[in-house]
Amino acid sequence: MTLLGLLEREPSHGYDLKRDYDSFFSRGKPLPFGQVYATLGRLVRDGKIVIGEVAPGEGPERKRYVITDRGATEFESWLTEPVEAEPNLQTVLFTKVVLALMLDRPAEEYLDTQRAKHLRRMKELTDIRRGDNLVDTMLADHGLFHLEADLHWIDTTIARLDALRKVVKG
Amino acid sequence: MKAIEAREVVLSFGETPALRGASVAVAPGEIVAIMGPSGSGKSTLLHCLAGILVPDAGEIHFDGRRIDTLSETERSILRRDQFGFVFQFGQLVPELTAEENVALPLLLSGVKRAAALKQARPWFERLGLAGLEHRRSGELSGGQAQRVALARGLVARPGALFADEPTGALDTLTGEQVMDLLVSSAREQGTTVVLVTHEARVAAYADRQVIVRDGKVNALVSA
Repeated sequence: MTLLGLLEREPSHGYDLKRDYDSFFSRGKPLPFGQVYATLGRLVRDGKIVIGEVAPGEGPERKRYVITDRGATEFESWLTEPVEAEPNLQTVLFTKVVLALMLDRPAEEYLDTQRAKHLRRMKELTDIRRGDNLVDTMLADHGLFHLEADLHWIDTTIARLDALRKVVKG
Repeated sequence: MKAIEAREVVLSFGETPALRGASVAVAPGEIVAIMGPSGSGKSTLLHCLAGILVPDAGEIHFDGRRIDTLSETERSILRRDQFGFVFQFGQLVPELTAEENVALPLLLSGVKRAAALKQARPWFERLGLAGLEHRRSGELSGGQAQRVALARGLVARPGALFADEPTGALDTLTGEQVMDLLVSSAREQGTTVVLVTHEARVAAYADRQVIVRDGKVNALVSA
């Protein structure tokens, strides 16, 4: 989905996609070229991207990939849908925020939607912990503290969106 | 009809705008949490809703009546008779006993001392404060003092309770006890609650949360 998002920005070669992926999302674990092209092949097969102009010469680097309407629709629905309110979702949220900023989408709205989803889950857990069962309370607490940590991250990110936008837009 | 409503409220402190067209409506009996970063205007909005501050523009309504156009005296009476308050640091009157602090809104409304104290007493049992009736605020823990403040906020059965960071000075567990009691007591009495907090765990006790950012209110809508 991340590669699809990078292609939503502009048609790109596999090499450019790998470079951008590695700069923003890989966190020290570069994406192998093999994986880039395997993913692109799958996206072509599924009709989410097509191969645009082909430069003369040999090798995979000749191809420029272009997102299709189908691919764009799928990416859009992924981007706007809040992530399940479970612990440890920062990575997915982070990817969404960076892509939203790259594509001039309303990252703050997405984060607010995510906040609402988190708060709804926190309300469910709060209702559980207000019952009499201590085991349920402890389990609910575990979820609540993790969700709260996510929300701190969301708040901090919203406060830094302008700065982050400058970084990702270059 | 909404119990409490702010319509396009604008308020500046000198040159500094605090609210820039904030609107929020709270239904009767609803518990709404106002969230937002420091300096976003959330406490200012609460103070406007509670008739403490008067907006430069926009309207505040309570129970179908416009209150921002009332005189200072009329608003003061409205606050005394219709609203309860809980603040971050209890703000109990140190010279009075816990029991007298709880009875204070009734005494200020002209209820006789004996009757006011009688009405205040059941709150000590209800909020787990039995035996502390005659202590002064300096002899209470933070959580106890905040429960006394909660009892004081609710004793006159106000139409609305305004709580500004009611757990801000408490540890997590004590804060949650206070919120449990606040929510269950407000529900029992059908009191509308407007709660300002920057803590998601506290906001999660509310029926609904809104966020104030740059002086405006965003309703949080889940996709």
